[in-house]
Amino acid sequence: MGSLIAQVVSVTLMNLGSLRRRLWMSLAMVFASAVVVAILLAFLAMAKGFEATMSGAGSSQIAILMREGSSTELNSVILQDQVNLIAESAGVTRDANGPLVSPELYVIVDGIKKSTGTEANIPLRGLNKIGMAMRSNMHLVEGRMFTPGTNEMIVGEGVLREFDGFDIGKEVRFGKNLWTVVGAFSTGGNIFESELWADVKIIQSHYNRGSSYQSIRLQLENNGDLKPIEETVQREPRLNLEVQTEQEYFASQGKQLQYIATFGWIISAVMALGALAGALNTMYTSVADRAREIATLRALGFSNFSAFCGTIIEAMVLAATGGLLGSLAAYLFFDGLNTSTLGGSFTQVVFSFEMSPDLFVQGAVLALVIGFISGFFPAWRAARMPVVVAFRHAT
Amino acid sequence: MSEEVLFQLKGVSKNFVKGKETISIFESLNMEIDCGDFVAIMGPSGSGKTTLLNMLGGVDQPSGGEVWFDSERIDSLSEGALTQWRARNIGFIFQFYNLMPMLNAQRNVELPLLLTNLSKSQRRHNVETALALVGLSDRAKHMPSEMSGGQQQRVAIARAIVSDPKLILCDEPTGDLDRATADEILEMLQLLNRDHGKTIVMVTHDPAAAKYANRTLHLDKGQFVQREIVA
Ligand SMILES: Nc1ncnc2c1ncn2[C@@H]1O[C@H](COP(=O)(O)OP(=O)(O)OP(=O)(O)O)[C@@H](O)[C@H]1O
Ligand SMILES: [Mg+2]
Repeated sequence: MGSLIAQVVSVTLMNLGSLRRRLWMSLAMVFASAVVVAILLAFLAMAKGFEATMSGAGSSQIAILMREGSSTELNSVILQDQVNLIAESAGVTRDANGPLVSPELYVIVDGIKKSTGTEANIPLRGLNKIGMAMRSNMHLVEGRMFTPGTNEMIVGEGVLREFDGFDIGKEVRFGKNLWTVVGAFSTGGNIFESELWADVKIIQSHYNRGSSYQSIRLQLENNGDLKPIEETVQREPRLNLEVQTEQEYFASQGKQLQYIATFGWIISAVMALGALAGALNTMYTSVADRAREIATLRALGFSNFSAFCGTIIEAMVLAATGGLLGSLAAYLFFDGLNTSTLGGSFTQVVFSFEMSPDLFVQGAVLALVIGFISGFFPAWRAARMPVVVAFRHAT
Repeated sequence: MSEEVLFQLKGVSKNFVKGKETISIFESLNMEIDCGDFVAIMGPSGSGKTTLLNMLGGVDQPSGGEVWFDSERIDSLSEGALTQWRARNIGFIFQFYNLMPMLNAQRNVELPLLLTNLSKSQRRHNVETALALVGLSDRAKHMPSEMSGGQQQRVAIARAIVSDPKLILCDEPTGDLDRATADEILEMLQLLNRDHGKTIVMVTHDPAAAKYANRTLHLDKGQFVQREIVA
């Protein structure tokens, strides 16, 4: 029935043509829908960016070992002889200089955030040459490497961006110790860029750690194959260690911020309810405003289905326009926006909001749902409108 | 004039239920309208003229009795069927023209044709013909807000006849117009009746308007009453 489509199209065009009469109400509906979608996208982009940062950090070629029961590096302790035992284990890659095993320290220092001017935690990682070599995507973007045995450190690009006072050549005081920044490094945008790196031995001595560490990183002989290491740990009672690939470790840390996405959906759902109330009001007003026109068309022989469709399409067009504007605003304001949040070990993880097509799809779905629901009941009323309204004398 | 009966009301009643009260407008109304007739319906305000017209036009349904149109019983049709029946058979002319304010004259006239299977060029042709008939060819692109009441009503007439329906129903078509303009409109209706064979039922308060019709029915207290036409 071609005429049915023609009816729906012409009724819809007429409705949109009459929007001018309801300009402010309609704009309010567009605006409300835009705000809801923008807020949802901001949260989703934040969760997305965080997850990307965290999961990008991990390699399945690297195993990370921590004391049993410690979910993060911060509350793990590992002793020198445990490091030695692991270094001898099967399944560890060896090169001319010996096993690729990196015992690392991880302490928390304070920095001043540029954005707020307040103090926040930054992880200071102690590692040696092997540890550095193991992070294959790490490269210096400025300055030089720290000299082992000195109070020199290099800073991740994220720290440089978000915190004050870490420019190259600057001296930085942590507690009693004065450090010099000699270089800045990138690790391709992942979590290590939120860290400061220095010589592990120096940190051991400054922070009274004796010969203890907090984690061991090692390069696996076979990608992802933890078995030989796990067997060593089980066989040796002194090794109360937990073994996982670095990828698993960071993925689990990244998941912790999945609640941001959930939270975003909850917030926007609540706000969507508010937007919905306004939108329903707009659409009921639209139907009342067009009552004579609807009834006249019905008298001429236009179907009630066309009255229904015209109304619901009007609602969806308004909500979708809002959704589009909201997405655009979210994209302009948030995409690539750098921020930091508490990472798994109460340190700052610097990451970027990441807008991706699937987020826009989610935003569009939300806008269309708002449009559909706010249009449905008014459209029903439009379809049930008695035709005799066309003959009423009120104008 | 053809002797064929176009419309027939048999014992039609109509009541409105308002809360616990039932208001009876008609008890048992009988009426016949022949093909090609031009009938004026007069009566005091509230006597049910509009209600009657609405039932003839299939936009309101009787509470009892039968409504026959062209040997088809329409009071028992479903809403959807009735809508399609209206599109095929009825042209409406309203007191306040009821043009779509966002469409120009030409597009307003085209509306009933969107319910047909006519091609775009056929539609255009029919619209031009209808607008020419009411003398508004030069106003095709004008918006309703740019036209006088009389011109708007002529556009409405063009819209009512463009799909060539058998029956034209008018509720106080000149109620909002001055004498001269009203006469223009009434002459146009008369022309449609006489030269184009349209059957017309027109509700009016105005005895001068009723004179353009072939006959006048007086409605009072739910019944047709005999009454001399006052000159
Ligand atoms: N939807 C309705 N519900 C209740 N009562 C109604 C309804 N429509 C009409 N009526 C009543 O039916 C009676 C007839 O109304 P109608 O509009 O047909 O009168 P009319 O003859 O056209 O009057 P007027 O000359 O003022 O236009 C009136 O008393 C009116 O109040
Ligand atoms: Mg009336």
